[in-house]
Amino acid sequence: MSAPVRKKFFVGTAGIILFLSIAVLVVFVAFPVVLILFNAFWTKGAFNLVDVAAVLREPDTYQALLNSVFIAGGTTIGSTIIGTFFAWLVTRTDLPYKNFMKGMFLVPFMLPSFIGALAWKMLLSPRAGYINRLFMDYFGFDGPVFNIYSYYGIMAVEVMYLFPFVFIQVCGALERMDPTLEESARISGAGLFTITRRITIPLVLPSILSGALLIMLYSMAHFGTVAVLGIENGIFNIPTLIYERIHQSAGSFAAIRTGTVLATVLVVSAAFIIWLQGKVLGKGRYQIIAGKSFRPMELKLRGLRYPLLILCLAYIGFTIVLPTVVIFMVGGLKTYGLPFTMENLSLDNYKFILFDYKTTKDAIWNSVSLGLSAAVITMFAGVMISYVIVKMKVRGKGILEFLGMLPFSVPGSVIALGVILAWSGKFGVNLYNTVWIILVAYIARYMAFSLKANSAALEQVHDSLIEAARACGASMWQSLRDIVLPLVRPGMFAAFFLIFLPSLRELTVSIMLYAPTTRTIGVAIYTLNEDGETVMSAALAGIALVIIITGQTLITGLTGASVKAK
Amino acid sequence: MATIYLKNVSRRYGQRSVLDGLTLTVNHGECFTLLGPSGCGKTVLLRLIAGFEQPTAGSIRIGDALVADASAHVPPDRRDLGVVFQEYAVWPHMSVFDNVGYPLKLAKTPKEERADRVMETIALVNLHSLEKRLPSELSGGQQQRVALARALVGKPSLMLLDEPLSNLDANLREEMRFEIKELQRKLNITVMYVTHDQEIALAISDRIAVMDTQGRIRQIGSPEDIFEKPVDSFVFSFMGVANFLQVRREGNEFFVGKGGQRAPWDRPHGDSLAWVAAFRPSDVVIRRDGNGLKGRVKRASFLGPVMDYLVEIDGAHLRTTVDTHTAVANNLMFDDDQPCVVGVREVHWFDADTIQSAGEAWA
Ligand SMILES: Nc1ncnc2c1ncn2[C@@H]1O[C@H](COP(=O)(O)OP(=O)(O)OP(=O)(O)O)[C@@H](O)[C@H]1O
Ligand SMILES: [Mg+2]
Repeated sequence: MSAPVRKKFFVGTAGIILFLSIAVLVVFVAFPVVLILFNAFWTKGAFNLVDVAAVLREPDTYQALLNSVFIAGGTTIGSTIIGTFFAWLVTRTDLPYKNFMKGMFLVPFMLPSFIGALAWKMLLSPRAGYINRLFMDYFGFDGPVFNIYSYYGIMAVEVMYLFPFVFIQVCGALERMDPTLEESARISGAGLFTITRRITIPLVLPSILSGALLIMLYSMAHFGTVAVLGIENGIFNIPTLIYERIHQSAGSFAAIRTGTVLATVLVVSAAFIIWLQGKVLGKGRYQIIAGKSFRPMELKLRGLRYPLLILCLAYIGFTIVLPTVVIFMVGGLKTYGLPFTMENLSLDNYKFILFDYKTTKDAIWNSVSLGLSAAVITMFAGVMISYVIVKMKVRGKGILEFLGMLPFSVPGSVIALGVILAWSGKFGVNLYNTVWIILVAYIARYMAFSLKANSAALEQVHDSLIEAARACGASMWQSLRDIVLPLVRPGMFAAFFLIFLPSLRELTVSIMLYAPTTRTIGVAIYTLNEDGETVMSAALAGIALVIIITGQTLITGLTGASVKAK
Repeated sequence: MATIYLKNVSRRYGQRSVLDGLTLTVNHGECFTLLGPSGCGKTVLLRLIAGFEQPTAGSIRIGDALVADASAHVPPDRRDLGVVFQEYAVWPHMSVFDNVGYPLKLAKTPKEERADRVMETIALVNLHSLEKRLPSELSGGQQQRVALARALVGKPSLMLLDEPLSNLDANLREEMRFEIKELQRKLNITVMYVTHDQEIALAISDRIAVMDTQGRIRQIGSPEDIFEKPVDSFVFSFMGVANFLQVRREGNEFFVGKGGQRAPWDRPHGDSLAWVAAFRPSDVVIRRDGNGLKGRVKRASFLGPVMDYLVEIDGAHLRTTVDTHTAVANNLMFDDDQPCVVGVREVHWFDADTIQSAGEAWA
């Protein structure tokens, strides 16, 4: 029996981990956010609300706020209708090829929306868009059939890429719903339409609302689509205005003020939306009764079966296949604007981008190395922080739990602005114009994913498994190494890919932080497009799509295989 | 030496006090059982001794070392323990062999010796030929034995077992408890055994501590003491189904229930007016007539091998069972409301007021 060890020491080991976890979240997330709030509310050495109001009343700022709300509102309504409709179609009717359809409706999750926006610009820009030209040249239209550079254009593109958030939630709810509820209504003589309206819809409403709020949150803070399609006609939302200001005036005081005030608005609305979502879901939990899968009642579509199948196929063809094909085709053109004939198309652009063009080669290298580093660092930091939150009993854990919520409610453009404030030399470290500042921002941006995946994995590891190791003589570190890490490995893998894949196509954060040599794939696609290098931009976008889809397929294959192996 | 000294140990969670000022000594080399109803704090006490929890007050010593008090805490890995958890806690990613071998691996036992000892222990718990399996391929009882083997393999000086046999069938349970006892004797280690099963407790223990629902220890003693000389009605009733027959004193006479029949047993010591005569159903003899307390079968239930009778004697109730064969052979198949005569071989006297508080302790 060893001599008594003072409690201090015991608290020491746990204390180190707690301290490290708090430090990571403070340095990477809390500090930048606090700086934003501080810069927004603290001017001329005093707390100052009048100035904040003044900034918000400036015409440009005010318009951007309105635009954000308007675009997010329209996108949310559109996505909710489409998502709910398709979810109902693939779960509760006898639509043919339902499983295939379900898979296809989830594809937009993978595709970066700003690449989609680029594709739609090529298809529907008022003068050069292929569809508009088709109508003008061959069907004698005087003007464009649809102008994508408009509020509705932006909303339509966002809907195409965001509706899966509602779709997936509603599918889940409908699949989990206890069919006896509907059956009992049917026995009491209600028709199918009445049942749907009175029973089904109210039961899945929490899921619909929760998905809708998620879209609201995402769309408010969304940069890519508005940047690609809005700037032409001077449509700015909050993130694009922040970018515009910071970019144009290279860190002037006024620009930073506007930026921080707008960022504050984003953070507050994000926090509010997340709070609201928690309420909605909390209520819904009682309503969707069973955790098991049931065989739900299926509506016979009868005569509508094939028309609805065609509708689904047309939707998929128009919103997923068409834009993707256009990207690859334009990427193969010698010059933008040439017709798609065999002699105009080649793989030269792709070769050039991959092997000869320094800008794009650098961008690919930057994105891959940034993605890998961010994924590895964030994965390990996430395990550590989740471990403290889920498993450890130490004083001061409450602070960490609060800090751990933070990454979920901080949108990308806010993080970017925050790291500029924090790491541009004011506090002794200057990372501005280096890749390091992008890395720091990625870590903050993706921390939420890692925390989610890792805490879910850790919840599965029962405390007694760790205690059993301690009782066998393992030190805290040994029990972590031999028991905890092997058991959470699947969660860590999930976290890694949840970070690595999205980071390959990241735009919102990188666009605010890049320097000429530190472009990422997203930035390169965006700037090439801005500079009129449309074909190069499209070719790089095509390559990005190939990488993303290959990666996604590999992971689905891997995780699917490991599930089967068990 | 692994004598455990608990001194005034308290443990509270928020407002709820689970253990309050508990003092207890477990001697080196003894098999000590903590017996108590579900939720009374047995696991909490075990976790305090193991070091997974810290006492809110009081101190714990193991041998010469102070392992926990207000300012000291020796982590579990420095306490030289073997622990079997109520929920097994077998590591799902390791084979049976690796699970059992882990303590030896940590102790840096040479590989060959390790393999030998692991296989020996696996055989001891009847798991031979399963050593390559993963826990997901084992039954609950098999997992429990893996946990037991893992606790045994390191030959710790102190073993803490939390219901380690709860999931085994009767035969295996008997065999395993014999093995545990054997091992404890052979290796001369201290075993602290936690259970709510009084049968195992009686069979395995050198000493037993009976805990009530409030986490207080009611009695500590040898199994015979606890069974034969329970200090109060809680201990008595916890050691098996019990009858409590009201007896009242009038002057120097003791009467059963509300009627005029004299209680035919040795008198209790004390001058309370209200008493309770406690006895086990197995100590009751029921007959059609003859000497004894006259009563009436209030309810007769046929339970297959036995008949179960609820008997009323002047407003007081008792229960007894008769082997169905014996009942048929001896004309003891009573129907409801038939008169009967009851004899009781041995009773324990309790002051009726203490029964009141024991009743609360159950609640
Ligand atoms: N971490 C904890 N936080 C709050 N209360 C606890 C905690 N652990 C135990 N308790 C409470 O302490 C009491 C005793 O629990 P304990 O697990 O020791 O019961 P037990 O005697 O082992 O019961 P069983 O025989 O059912 O295992 C219970 O009422 C329980 O709710
Ligand atoms: Mg217990």
